[in-house]
Amino acid sequence: MPFMPVKFNLQKRVKLAQGLWMLYWFSVIAGILIFSLGIFFKIELRKRSEMMDNNESHLVPNLLILAGLLACGLNAFGGKVCHDSLDPIKFSNWKPMLKTYLLLCCGFNVLLVLVSLLCFLMQFSVYLTLAEGLSYAIRFYKDTDTPGRCFMKRTLDLTQIEFHCCGNNNFRDWFEVQWISNRYLDMSNDVVKDRVLSNVEGKYLMDSVPFSCCNPGSPRPCIQHHLTNNSAHYDYDHRTEELNIWTRGCLGALFSYYSSLMSSIGGFVLFAIILESVDMAGLKYLSTALETMADPENPECESEGWLLEKGVKETFSDLLTKLKTLGRTNQVEGGDAPEANT
Amino acid sequence: MLLKITFTQQRRVRLAQGLWLMSWLAVMSGAFIFCLGVYLKTELLRRAEVMDNTEIHVVPNILMMVGLVSIGTNWVATRVCQDSLDASRFPRWKLLLMAWFAVAMLLCCLLLAVVVLSYALQGRLEESLKVGLRNGIRFYKDTDVPGRCFQKETIDRLQMEFRCCGNNNFKDWFEVQWVSNRYLDFTSKDVKDRIRSNVDGRFLLDGVPFSCCNPASPRPCLQYHLTDNRAHYSYDYQAEELNLYSRGCRQALTDYYMEMMNSTGPGVLSVILIQMSVLVSLRYLQTAVEGATALEDPEGESVGYLLEKGVKETFEDVKANVLDILKFAQVDPSAAEGSPGAEDAEKPADNTTEKAASPTPSPAS
Repeated sequence: MPFMPVKFNLQKRVKLAQGLWMLYWFSVIAGILIFSLGIFFKIELRKRSEMMDNNESHLVPNLLILAGLLACGLNAFGGKVCHDSLDPIKFSNWKPMLKTYLLLCCGFNVLLVLVSLLCFLMQFSVYLTLAEGLSYAIRFYKDTDTPGRCFMKRTLDLTQIEFHCCGNNNFRDWFEVQWISNRYLDMSNDVVKDRVLSNVEGKYLMDSVPFSCCNPGSPRPCIQHHLTNNSAHYDYDHRTEELNIWTRGCLGALFSYYSSLMSSIGGFVLFAIILESVDMAGLKYLSTALETMADPENPECESEGWLLEKGVKETFSDLLTKLKTLGRTNQVEGGDAPEANT
Repeated sequence: MLLKITFTQQRRVRLAQGLWLMSWLAVMSGAFIFCLGVYLKTELLRRAEVMDNTEIHVVPNILMMVGLVSIGTNWVATRVCQDSLDASRFPRWKLLLMAWFAVAMLLCCLLLAVVVLSYALQGRLEESLKVGLRNGIRFYKDTDVPGRCFQKETIDRLQMEFRCCGNNNFKDWFEVQWVSNRYLDFTSKDVKDRIRSNVDGRFLLDGVPFSCCNPASPRPCLQYHLTDNRAHYSYDYQAEELNLYSRGCRQALTDYYMEMMNSTGPGVLSVILIQMSVLVSLRYLQTAVEGATALEDPEGESVGYLLEKGVKETFEDVKANVLDILKFAQVDPSAAEGSPGAEDAEKPADNTTEKAASPTPSPAS
């Protein structure tokens, strides 16, 4: 008893072939989109790799690029098969390859499921990499003369300006590091000497933030220095002041950007999985409908198409017995190479 | 006949098909011109707050109008092409084609004018930006005055995005009070000294807002006491280059808009070329098909040309027609008759003989 059989006459077969051809080309476009999304994600990770201490994992964008290329190839082949399906001579060329092709599509779907899962799960890894990378970035902000770190200041400043954020979790992270290089500190000055001596590790710490933390939307010119000292500025209360500098931390800002990017890519991959499954089902129906034509010479005859030749349970048990016999063949003739899976 | 070419039936068919494709290409280039105009207009509107007048908006306005008219005109050309090989349907386009040629020529001239204007208006744009930026810098502190409360944010975002400072350079900030009185402690000696030392009672600083700071500087940004070398350790005002943005915002914005308009130059020129070739090909098609319908054997050879007589003679004819219309209008202003000038081009001789026969038709009573 075939699984989900459908009767086909000539008109239905033609409609199925045409519809499936359009759907395959639509899937090719989806494959191109997945490829370009992978490239875009890779570029975005590279752009901010300094914020992630050059440690970020490129697994997801690489898999997306691979999946996009595979999707283009597989779906273009499927479209070609559909295009030739109504011409019995051309179709007979493709018939032997169809089983392998459908198995490949199955495997590709599994890959897409894996990619989609990774898109959602790797967000944790991105969060941890960002947290670590940003704390290093803030620590190395002052090292504009150290090779390998000389652009950290510019990158962090531009990130804070672009993402409207300040520090790792909030602006107080800047109070805990020395972000002014010793080259620009007048060590003979008493104030400077006091500050450096009062700190255990000899760091010059201030309650100030860099200019990139300033919020242009504040009605008052930006107050960068002596942030916790109300008497240092006229009409200033640091507890109620909200608009002066950005209150959000860069960790939250960058993570929400990457997480929304990865979630939308994951959602699109899920859509691609559904599209691929519909393609596979359609191709299975078309190929079985063409195979079961009672009279191959008469194109007008009726035929039947199905998804599985026997029911679901029977197909599974068949598969299991095949695997067992494969194993048993290996046991009996241990020295021989295993049979090719048919 | 000017530039005549003989057409066989097959050549006419090929010309009609090729022209149909080219007209659709011209429709798409019309859409491209429209989108270009919309893009330019949105970019200009985004920075409208720092521009004093809207004279420069004539460039995107013309582009949008030309784009829309060009889409319609070239769509008409595709319809004409489709009907051109059907002898029964082609004659109804006869009158419209004259107007079509005039409109197509006008479109080409307008596009050329746009290219010229985009260079010619650069000076006006700079003037407009100069005044707009000066006002922006002057009203930077007025974040509590309705109508000006967003000047600070606009100027700050502008300076950060275009990497510029002030109108011509950062010293423009030294000449205005950009810190509002609301945030000045008038009991402080320093503040009182500064205000008294200034003729207008303004609080002037040798300092700039934070948005002038250059993130590429190796040193944390120095905003205040810029001209005082002793105020900062290891600082030389004359030698310091990276601390602030050195470019003025007027220069930055002018460069940005000029680059945008210049990069659209080649696109506009190629659209002019496409439109001209559609015009020429349609004229050839029209004359060839008309010649073929006049023959005994409509499938035979016919001659296509650009102008029936030479350039000078056509020009004389057109001038004579226009003068006739004017004379007609002058002598008999109340006369209701008066054929439109477009159709006179076909029958110049008939009109003059008519007028000679009846110089003064009786006024309607």
